[in-house]
Amino acid sequence: MNKILASRWTKVLVFLVCLVPVALLAWGFHKNALGPNPVEKIEHETGDWTIYFLLITLAITPFRKLANLPVLIRFRRMLGLFAFFYGFLHLMAYVWVDQAFDWPALWKDVYKRPFVTAGFTGFCLMVPLALTSTAWSIRKLGGRRWQRLHRLIYLSALAGVIHYYWLVKSDVRKPLLYGAILLVLMLYRAAIWLRPAKIA
Amino acid sequence: MSKLRYSQVTPKSEYLNRRRFLAAGAALLASPAYGGTKLTGVTKSPLSTTEPVTSYEAITGYNNYYEFGTQKGDPAKNAQKFVTSPWTLTIEGMVAKPKTLDLDQIMKIAPLEERIYRHRCVERWSIVVPWIGFSLNTLLKQVEPTSQAKYVAFQSYYDPGQMPEGKHAGIKLPYVEGLRIDEAMHPLAMLVVGLYGEVLPNQNGAPLRLAVPWKYGFKSIKSIVKIKLVDKEPPTTWNINNAHEYGFYSNVNPEVDHPRWSQAKERRLPGIGMRPTLKFNGYEDQVAGLYAGMDLRKYY
Repeated sequence: MNKILASRWTKVLVFLVCLVPVALLAWGFHKNALGPNPVEKIEHETGDWTIYFLLITLAITPFRKLANLPVLIRFRRMLGLFAFFYGFLHLMAYVWVDQAFDWPALWKDVYKRPFVTAGFTGFCLMVPLALTSTAWSIRKLGGRRWQRLHRLIYLSALAGVIHYYWLVKSDVRKPLLYGAILLVLMLYRAAIWLRPAKIA
Repeated sequence: MSKLRYSQVTPKSEYLNRRRFLAAGAALLASPAYGGTKLTGVTKSPLSTTEPVTSYEAITGYNNYYEFGTQKGDPAKNAQKFVTSPWTLTIEGMVAKPKTLDLDQIMKIAPLEERIYRHRCVERWSIVVPWIGFSLNTLLKQVEPTSQAKYVAFQSYYDPGQMPEGKHAGIKLPYVEGLRIDEAMHPLAMLVVGLYGEVLPNQNGAPLRLAVPWKYGFKSIKSIVKIKLVDKEPPTTWNINNAHEYGFYSNVNPEVDHPRWSQAKERRLPGIGMRPTLKFNGYEDQVAGLYAGMDLRKYY
């Protein structure tokens, strides 16, 4: 198991699998198979995948500790960057396709509509994480500072869940489900943090 | 009690066949979700718009009918087995001649017309639909509202058994709506029994629904079972759910934003681009008079 997970080819495979959602959307758009409102479809799908990748990324640490598979850390950066990638696509679907770069209208949306504020905040929080995702950054910042900066992902994921909860009209099931999963992933971290320090 | 002889027992094959015959008969009566009975004797109405009609696929495959699920494709999938016959429509309340109508009588209330109306959802998408039906005022005149009647209240069918998704919808069911009596008496307000030359598909609100084209689409209540003439403004489902966002009037108005999004533009489906929203969905000439002197921001 460890050998498969450690292989370079596994990383390539995971990378390709992560591209499947955007590939399906692009293909669907090209074939006019996204229904009568393709912009809405693209916005919803890219939004969903942003949250999925955020939650998967946040699940790496608990899972690798509990399943005793430290090798899984290899995938965390890639999955985090895919969350940023889908978040960027989601933002582009909104800014470019939906609102046609109407900057005054867009700026109004960011400060007037709380759910847009939450979503934009969630995206902005991912930007420094994407920019400092390389090993060079870890060296330059030092492990400790890098670690602290990258805790912003907790806030980004929370902003994403709030964005989703505030935008639905009445069916709150999916936002609540994502919120519950995020809560469990954060409870794990809270449990670790609250654990009394082991005497060396 | 006379003793039954064994020879009188229905042979098993016949018994099973009778159940199949009854099931087939029931299936014939129930409105199918796609491609239903053709409606004949339909005249073309001068109230129709000349804009191009939206495709049958889009109109019957992209629906908000939360009783059958909250995703756009859910109603077409989940309403296939919705039984819409027999149907009972009651018209009651402040009327001199209350009525109870079955499906047959509903189809005979007035001569059928095809009216191509714009339909604008509060979510900022719009379509152009070839409805078949007649003015709501035809039915209202038959029941003779009294002078006390100021509003018309409507109620939708709700059956948790046939509509299991309804409880996840986040809105209170059965779905209710209402119009001021002058809005209901306006010739544009339509009782709809068909679409694209056929009876209404289930996902579009079979067997009868409203089309009030100058208001946001959620006012055009589906699968109506009750119409009641009342003297107080009746409750409406989306207003109950979120009064800050959905008002009683809900006239299409590019100048009055939804709290969470602008209503200045809309997307004509199928499509990508946005176009300016028209006041009263382009029916300003016909209906603006109903709201003369009303602050449309206050009465949203």
